Amino acid sequence: MGESITFWVLAVVSVIAALGLVFSRRAVYSALMLGVVMLSLAVLYAVQDAPFLAAVQIIVYTGAVMMLFLFVLMLVGVDSSDSLVETIRGQRFWAIVAGLGFAALLGLGIGNTLIAAPKGLAVANQNGNVPSLAELIFTRHVFAFEVTSALLITAALGAMVLAHRERTEPKPTQRDLSRARFVEFGRHGKNPAPLPGPGTYARHNAIDMPALLPDGTVSPLSVNRVIARHEAEEGTLAPEVAQILQQEEEGK
Amino acid sequence: MTTHYLVLSALLFAIGGVGVLVRRNAIVVFMCVELMLNACNLAFVTFARQNGNLDGQVIAFFVMIVAAAEVVIGLAIIVTIFRTRRSASVDDASLLKY
Amino acid sequence: MEPAEFITHSGGAIGVAWLMIALPLVGAAVLLLGGRRTDRFGHLLGVVTALASFVVAVLAFVQLLGFAPGERRRGIALYDFIPGMATKVGLLVDPLSISFCLLITGVGSLIHIYSIGYMAHDPGRRRFFAYLNLFVAAMLLLVLADNYVALFVGWEGVGLASYLLIGFWQHKPSAATAAKKAFIVNRVGDFGLLIGIFTIFATFHSLKFAEVFPAAHGASQGTLTAIGLLLLVGACGKSAQLPLQSWLLDAMEGPTPVSALIHAATMVTAGVYLIVRSGVIFQAAETAQLVVTIVGVATLLAGAIIGTAKDDIKKALAGSTMSQIGYMVLAAGIGPAGYAFAIAHLITHGFFKADLFLGAGSVMHAMNDEVNMRKYGALRKAMPVTFATFLIGYLAIIGFPLLSGYFTKDGIIETAMEHNAILGWLAVLGAGITGFYMSRLVFMTFFGAKRWEGDAHPHESPAVMTWPLIILSAGAIFLGGFLIVGNRFMTFLSPAVGLPEHLPEFNPVSLTGLVTLALVAVGAVFAWFRYGAAEVPAVAPRGSFLTAFARRDLYGDALNEALFMRPGQWLTRLAVFFDNRGIDGVVNGLAAGIGGSSGRLRRIQTGFVRSYALSIFVGAALLVGAWFVVGNL
Repeated sequence: MGESITFWVLAVVSVIAALGLVFSRRAVYSALMLGVVMLSLAVLYAVQDAPFLAAVQIIVYTGAVMMLFLFVLMLVGVDSSDSLVETIRGQRFWAIVAGLGFAALLGLGIGNTLIAAPKGLAVANQNGNVPSLAELIFTRHVFAFEVTSALLITAALGAMVLAHRERTEPKPTQRDLSRARFVEFGRHGKNPAPLPGPGTYARHNAIDMPALLPDGTVSPLSVNRVIARHEAEEGTLAPEVAQILQQEEEGK
Repeated sequence: MTTHYLVLSALLFAIGGVGVLVRRNAIVVFMCVELMLNACNLAFVTFARQNGNLDGQVIAFFVMIVAAAEVVIGLAIIVTIFRTRRSASVDDASLLKY
Repeated sequence: MEPAEFITHSGGAIGVAWLMIALPLVGAAVLLLGGRRTDRFGHLLGVVTALASFVVAVLAFVQLLGFAPGERRRGIALYDFIPGMATKVGLLVDPLSISFCLLITGVGSLIHIYSIGYMAHDPGRRRFFAYLNLFVAAMLLLVLADNYVALFVGWEGVGLASYLLIGFWQHKPSAATAAKKAFIVNRVGDFGLLIGIFTIFATFHSLKFAEVFPAAHGASQGTLTAIGLLLLVGACGKSAQLPLQSWLLDAMEGPTPVSALIHAATMVTAGVYLIVRSGVIFQAAETAQLVVTIVGVATLLAGAIIGTAKDDIKKALAGSTMSQIGYMVLAAGIGPAGYAFAIAHLITHGFFKADLFLGAGSVMHAMNDEVNMRKYGALRKAMPVTFATFLIGYLAIIGFPLLSGYFTKDGIIETAMEHNAILGWLAVLGAGITGFYMSRLVFMTFFGAKRWEGDAHPHESPAVMTWPLIILSAGAIFLGGFLIVGNRFMTFLSPAVGLPEHLPEFNPVSLTGLVTLALVAVGAVFAWFRYGAAEVPAVAPRGSFLTAFARRDLYGDALNEALFMRPGQWLTRLAVFFDNRGIDGVVNGLAAGIGGSSGRLRRIQTGFVRSYALSIFVGAALLVGAWFVVGNL
C-alpha cells in the first residue's frame, strides 16, 4: 500500500516533469525538470530494493551529470532559449504520432504479457544489496567492469582533446592588444576603454542597473544583454535602458 | 505492481523520444536522451525485482557508467561546435546533405 | 592419268627453293626499313634480288627435270609451326609451281629492269622497288605453298602489294580511290576463299594439298560443290572475273610496270592457279566446273567488249587482260584437257601482255604520260623499237598464225568446242572481238595522222626499257609453239594436274581455227577502216547505246552501286538512326530516369539530424508493432 502511494505520486511527478523537460522553452528549466525526473526515479529505485542504484543515481546523475549539463548551458549561454516553432514540415506531428504509438504499443504489450507476481529480491539481497551487487560485478561481470573503466578514461581523454584549443600563433602581449584596440578605434570608432560597469554613478550598483554617463543619460553598454532581455520579457527592465535598446534594435 | 513500473518506463521513454525529435537545442536533445536512458534503467531495475536476481541492477549500473561517458563526450562535442559556429542548434549543423 | 604422288625432298636447288621467296623479301625489308640511305642503290638491289630469285628458279627447274616424270612433285618441309598440330609449313615444287616461278621471276626481273628506266625520275623509286620485291616474294609464296594457309598468306600478300602499288601515287585522289576499290573488291573474293579454306578444313581436317587431294573423292558432292564455288569466288576477286571485275580497270592508275607485272602477267592469274591447283576438287564437282566455265566465257566476252570502247590505252589493255584471263578460267574449268592450255596461255599471255603494257608504258613515257589514244597516232616512225615489239605482242594476242597466242588460245577454243559447242562458239566470238579492239588500239596509236598535244616530242625509250621489250616479244613469238606443239607442256605438267584420256592433236587447219582466223581478220580489217584509214576524232563521239554500255564498263560500277553501295548506305543510315534514337534513347532515357529519380530521392537527405532520428524512431515503433503482430499470431 505504501509502495503504491509512493509510486503513483512519483509517477505523476516524473511524467509531468518529463513533459516539462520536453516542452519548456528555456534550457535551464529543462535541466531542472530532468533533475526532478532523476530524483523521482532514484526514489523508485529505492522502493524496488535497489538502494545502491538509488544512491548512484543521485550522486552520478543528479550530482555530476546534471552539473555538467548546467555548466555547459552556462558556457554556451543561458539566453540560447530556442523558439518552439517547428521548422521542418511534419516533424512535430509525426514525432508525436510515433511517440504515442510507441508508448501505446509498449504499454499494451507489457500490460498483456507480464502477469506473474514478482519474485522479489529478498533472497538475492539477503547479504545486503551492496555486497551482493559487488559480488556480481567483481566476479561474473568483472570483464565488463574493466572495459567500462577503460571507456571512462577514454571519454575523459576525448573530452580534453575536444575541448582543448591549440594555439596556432604566439600569445598576444598587452602591447599587441592595446594596439589592436586603438586600430579598431581608428577604423570603426569603437571605444578603446573598458566597458562601463553597471551602476557606476548611479543610485545603486545592482547588476541590472545601467550606468549614467557624465551628461546624465544611461549607457546601454553597461548592462549585460542577457539580463536585459530577461528583464524585458518580465517587464522589470529600467525604462531608459529599454528605450535605448529598442532604438538600437531599430537602428540595426 | 511491476507492470505499473514498466508502463511508467515506457511512457518516460516515449516522452524522451518525442523530445529528441522536437527540440532543436542540442543540450536539451541530450537531456532527452538521458531521460530515455533513465527510463530504460527503471525497466531494468523492475525486471530485477520481477525475476528475483540482481543482474538487472548490475546492467543498470553499467548503463549509468556508459551514460556518464557519453555525456562527457557529447557535451565536449557540443562545446566544440558552439565554439566554431556560435550555435547550439542541431538544425544549424545540416551541411552534410544533398 | 592421275597426278603423281607427293615426295618429300631435300637438297639441291629445290631444297633451297625458299630462297626464291626469301631473297625478294629481304630486298623489300632492306629497302623499306633502310630509308633514304638506300635511295642510291635501291633500284639495283631490287633488280638483283629478283634476278637471283630467277636463277634459283631456273636451277630448281633443271633439277626437277632430272627426276622421272612420276617423281616430280617434291614437297619441302620448312618449319613446324606448332609441333604436333597440323601446322607444318612447307613448299611444293612441281611442274605447275615451277612454271609459275619461272614466269614470275623471269617476267618480274624484266619488269624490274624496265622500271629502272621508267621510274628514273620518280622521287619514290626506292619505295616502288621495295613494293615490287614484296610482290614477287608474296606471289612466289602463293604458288610454292604446299597448303592452303600459306597460299592464303601469299594471296593476301599480293593483294597488299597490289594495293600499295595501285596507290603508289597517292597524291592523286583517283589513284588512292582505285587502290581502295581494288582492296575492297578483293576482300569480297578473299572472304569467299577464306570460307572455302574453312570448309576444306572442316571436311578433310587438313589443309595440306598432299592430304586434301587424295581424300577429295571421299567427300559428299554438295560439300565439294560448295568448296569449288567458294574457291571460285576467291579466284574471281583476284583474277577480276565477273562479277568481281570492277577493280581491274581502275587499277590502271598505278605505274605502268605495275600494270604489266601485277595486273596483267602474274597476280591476276592467281585465280587460274588456284582453280588448276585445286583441280582434283573441281573435277569431283561438275556443277562447280560448269560455273567456272560460264564465268570464264562471260568474262572473256565482257572484257573484250569493254576493250573495244576505251580510249585510255591502259584501260583498253586492262579489258583485254580480263578477257584473256576469261579464256584461262574457261580452260581451267574444263578439266585436265584444259589445264595445260590454261597454264600455257597464262604463260604466253604473261609475256605478250607484259610486252604490250611495257610498250604502252614506253609510249606514255614518250608522250608526257598521256594515256588517251586519240592524242597519239603515227608513232611508228618516232618509236621504231617500241612499235616493233608492240606489233609482235599485238599479233600474238590476236592469234596470228605461228605466234604464241595462236597456239595457246586456239588450243583453249578447240578444247572448249569439244567440251561444249556453245562455250566454244562464244570463245570464237571473243577472239573476233579481240582482233577488233587490239587492231583499233594499234592503229590509233601507231598509224594514222599525228594528233599529238603541242609540247609532245615522242622519242625512243632508253635501252634499259627497250631490251626487256625485245626479250618479252621474243617470248611472245616462240613460247606458244614451243609449249604446245607435240603436247610438250601438257606432258610436262601432267605430274601436277594429270592428263586427259586422249591427248589432243594439233591441227593447223581445223574448222574452228579457220573460222577464228577469219573472224579475227574481219575484226582487224573493220578496225583498219574505222581507225587506221579514217580520221580519228579528238573527242570520242557519242556512239550508240552499245558504245555507252561498253564505255561504262557494262554498267558494272553502276550495278555495284545500286545493288550494294546504296542499300549499304541506307542500312548504315538506318543503323545510325536506330543507334541514336533507339539504343542511345533507351540508354540515355534510363540514365536520365535514374538520374532524375535519384535527384528527387536525394532530397530526403535534408541534413537535419532530427529527420533522420524521426525515421529511426518510426522504424523502431513499426518494428515493435510487427513484433506484437507476429507474436500474437
